[in-house]
Amino acid sequence: MAFEFRRKNILIMGVLAIALIFLIKLFNLQVIDQEYKITASNNAFRYDILYPARGLILDRNGKILVSNISSHDIIITPIEVREFDTLDLCNIFHLEIANVRAKLKEYHLYRRRIGYQSFPFVKQISAQEYSYFHEKAYKFPGFSAISRTTRYYPFNAGGNLLGYITEADTSFLRRNPSYKIGDYIGRTGIEQSYEQILKGKKGYNIYLRDVHNQVKSSYAGGKYDLPAVHGKTIISSIDAQLQQYVEMLMTNKVGSVVAIEPSTGDILTIVSSPGIDVAKLSEINKYYGEILNDPLKPMFNRATMSPYPPGSVFKLVNALIGLEEGVLTSETTYSCHGGYHVGRGVNCHSHPSPINLTQSIMMSCNTYYCIVFRNIIDNPKYNSVREGFLRWKELVESFGFGHKLGSDLPSEQAGKVPDAQDYDKIHGKNKWSSLSILSLAIGQGELGTTPLHLANLAATIANRGYYYTPHLIKGSPDTLINPEYTKRHYTLVDTSHFYQVIDGMYKAVNSPPGSGATATRVAVPGLDICGKTGTAQNPHGRDHSVFICFAPRDNPKIAVAVYIENSGYGATWAAPIASLLVEKYLTGQISRDYLEKYIVESNLLNNVLKNRQ
Amino acid sequence: MIANQEYRKLDWWLVLAYIVLTLIGWINIFSSVYDPDHTQIFDVSQKYGQQFIWIITAYIIAFLILFILNPKIYRALAWLGYGTSLLLLLAVIFLGVEINGSNSWFAIGSIRFQPAELSKITTTLALAALMSKYGFRLKSIEGFIQTALIIIIPMIIIVMQKETGSALVYTAFIFMLYREGLSGWYLALGLLSIILFLVTLSFSPFVAIIILTSVIILARGFTSKYLVRHIILLIPYIYIMIISSKINKIPFINNLVDLPKEAWLAIVILPLIIYNIIQSFKKQSTKLWYISLIFVTSIMFIFSVNFFFEKILQDHQRARIENLLGINVDLKGAGYNVHQSKIAIGSGGFTGKGFLQGTQTKFNFVPEQSTDFIFCTIGEEWGFLGSSVLIFLYLFIIIRIINSAEKQKDSFNRIYGYSLASIIFMHFFINIGMTMGIMPVIGIPLPFVSYGGSSLWSFTIFLFIFIRLDLDRHH
Repeated sequence: MAFEFRRKNILIMGVLAIALIFLIKLFNLQVIDQEYKITASNNAFRYDILYPARGLILDRNGKILVSNISSHDIIITPIEVREFDTLDLCNIFHLEIANVRAKLKEYHLYRRRIGYQSFPFVKQISAQEYSYFHEKAYKFPGFSAISRTTRYYPFNAGGNLLGYITEADTSFLRRNPSYKIGDYIGRTGIEQSYEQILKGKKGYNIYLRDVHNQVKSSYAGGKYDLPAVHGKTIISSIDAQLQQYVEMLMTNKVGSVVAIEPSTGDILTIVSSPGIDVAKLSEINKYYGEILNDPLKPMFNRATMSPYPPGSVFKLVNALIGLEEGVLTSETTYSCHGGYHVGRGVNCHSHPSPINLTQSIMMSCNTYYCIVFRNIIDNPKYNSVREGFLRWKELVESFGFGHKLGSDLPSEQAGKVPDAQDYDKIHGKNKWSSLSILSLAIGQGELGTTPLHLANLAATIANRGYYYTPHLIKGSPDTLINPEYTKRHYTLVDTSHFYQVIDGMYKAVNSPPGSGATATRVAVPGLDICGKTGTAQNPHGRDHSVFICFAPRDNPKIAVAVYIENSGYGATWAAPIASLLVEKYLTGQISRDYLEKYIVESNLLNNVLKNRQ
Repeated sequence: MIANQEYRKLDWWLVLAYIVLTLIGWINIFSSVYDPDHTQIFDVSQKYGQQFIWIITAYIIAFLILFILNPKIYRALAWLGYGTSLLLLLAVIFLGVEINGSNSWFAIGSIRFQPAELSKITTTLALAALMSKYGFRLKSIEGFIQTALIIIIPMIIIVMQKETGSALVYTAFIFMLYREGLSGWYLALGLLSIILFLVTLSFSPFVAIIILTSVIILARGFTSKYLVRHIILLIPYIYIMIISSKINKIPFINNLVDLPKEAWLAIVILPLIIYNIIQSFKKQSTKLWYISLIFVTSIMFIFSVNFFFEKILQDHQRARIENLLGINVDLKGAGYNVHQSKIAIGSGGFTGKGFLQGTQTKFNFVPEQSTDFIFCTIGEEWGFLGSSVLIFLYLFIIIRIINSAEKQKDSFNRIYGYSLASIIFMHFFINIGMTMGIMPVIGIPLPFVSYGGSSLWSFTIFLFIFIRLDLDRHH
């Protein structure tokens, strides 16, 4: 019998073990673990969400760029909805009755899943609608108004760089489970980059329901309630006055302007034109279709997203590389007879000849840079064209070209510095020479640089060899600045070489008329602007007008890049705009009203539109 | 008819526990579907009114079984009953109505009946009849196969009805078979395969193999005289197995031979398998042969689990197991029921919210709350105290049936009693386990408590046949 006895007891022990496990689990679930008591899906609780006010965005001088105004949303708690006058509700909020019915039907269909959750029903209702609704609210069980804040823009500047807020869409919600339906998120610009700082933290009040679905009281005397934490204020590096001024200058022009404070990397102004008016930002949903269909793409931030060929401003880089590599000195002189006539050749405009390094920058001689570039690539120091080219590429990239600079602009693009492999593909492996890639000498060909890259180049030269990653935020006790933004990034070119190049840039602007300098028209006495023009050929029609500069020559305060699409010579459009900007920033006023008027009133849109059709 | 003086010997404690459970069920069904417009507990338009009718009729059936029917008919009609229930199980696939995606219900007017409930009783009777026959030996191949067939045939048909949950209950017979002499190996193997299955899915086949190897080494230890030696061997071996997963991360070795970590593990455990097989040859030991066989088949099992999981299980079953294991927890989908159920139970606290005061189980949050999830209502309204009382009641019933079955002189009665206890236990285990989220959601009722005539009647018949059979012991 021992056998049976043993087996019976083993079975009984098994049953007891399971019962014990159940009791432990039950005790844990009911007595110890609080997780299942205070949970949002606990039907006994009503969670009233408290929305935080989003953080403000200020300019560098404390001027408010973005603030909040209160508005109301109507939310629906489907389970609490009883019969009501649909037509009446539709009249208050001007809704289509069929849409409302369809929506209610959908809620009914998913009622089990929805439970006691609430959903936004009508968003951002007007004050008038709110007061109508408030009066009749008792007629619409299940509907209630909650207070939200929306963005308000007291100062008309920076539509593109500020970004906007919009309700989180389904794909965003799937990727970010901490957000709930109806939450607002920042899109593009500062709103997106600094979402975590600006958004604040939602809170809630917990109320207890009884079995009859009546809200009885605040749960546990509000012990578990969570107050909303308002978003923190962002101080941006933008100078609002300057931003507004440049936006005005850019009226009816396509292109971008970027201004950086070289000593910090602060972006003072970043304009992409045409841009979005701030008046449209607060009601972005209403204008979204219109903005999207605009052939000039106002949402597209050209300053960071458009890799253009840099044109002649890139000669500065080649000059610096030539000096660093020892194939060029300040005394190197070449003569130019209307172009460089080897291989396919490159033409040049007429200017005095022969010229030295300073003059080559001042007059922007193509021939000079074709020779310099070939000397860099074919440098006997290196065993092959390929090696010479790779060294050149390494030096170019040390200026920040060909990769994202790492700014806090969410849409920043890397641009392009070609690879040796790219040329292998075109010409066959190693079957190319300095001649086949000669267009790089004058900033054409396979190069792609954004206006932000060019402004960074100007800042690098202004700093004599290093840059700070351009950024839109100024640190404050509330919001620590990314430590990357206070690090100097040195180029691979020695500081000593920059002085000769700067001399050329100074003379390009400040030489007497008739000397052959390219930008004499934009000189402002006393400001010591150092600049370089560019005229970038492109497949979209007329040349792009390019200008980069910094000022003053010693201890520079501002570095600028201007890029105007399909408008012609760099000296014609980009240079005057840059010069007005610099003058406005450094002196606070404009001495050349005629130039300002001319720029503001010129409409260059047709050049661009013609090509887009 | 039984004589008056024998009433006293009837197992009144079991009868009392049964009545208490049915009343607990009734009260909680009332509470779980409570509707302020129908406050009358006898209102037959509501589930609790209907349940009242089921309970009364169940009591009448119990009375008939105890006092009217001749207990000899069960043995006599065992095979006829088994055959009939198989026919019904088959017929329902074609003639039944589809409810919740399974074809397991007959519907006559508003009355619904699930033959799978009845076939638990007839299968038990058939098993008892077969195994109590003179000369039957479970350990003979013939006896084993006959027994297995009786259990497996209804299981297969029920799976065809897409009622996998009900079919699963039949595995409970293994407990009865264990009592009747089935080797403990089967129980242990069943347990091992469940553990390997779960570990493979929730961690990885890799972890499962490490566990398996440890079990094998321990088993060898227990079958040899040198248990301590085996344990000492085991510890560094586990260490080596764990390290084998990292070997392919060492660049030097990876450059030499690029093998996945499973291959490295195989290199580590292959000598062990070969050693086992060689030892089995040398010592001519059946036990060692079994261990080697289990070792090899388990490894194949582990690798086929993934396949089984992806190809054989239905989507909702896969989702439920995944949810249980915490893989892809989806609170809106398959995990929703369990999550709501846990909230309901958890919110009950120590003493519960009180009769009719449950907020979670009202308004249809927990689906099937009067049937499969009735334990939620009990947990919420009666708290830890009330739930423990329920668990103790089941414990009392199951252990009392086992003890009483053990005392039977007639092996027919004993086998019947063990089967009954096993089936009640299985329902109790799966049902309450799932509401607390330690078992996957398998839709089977809580015996005597869940709403529904089909289940209540079947369990009443099942139980009272045993109580009546038990009475004959005192002759």
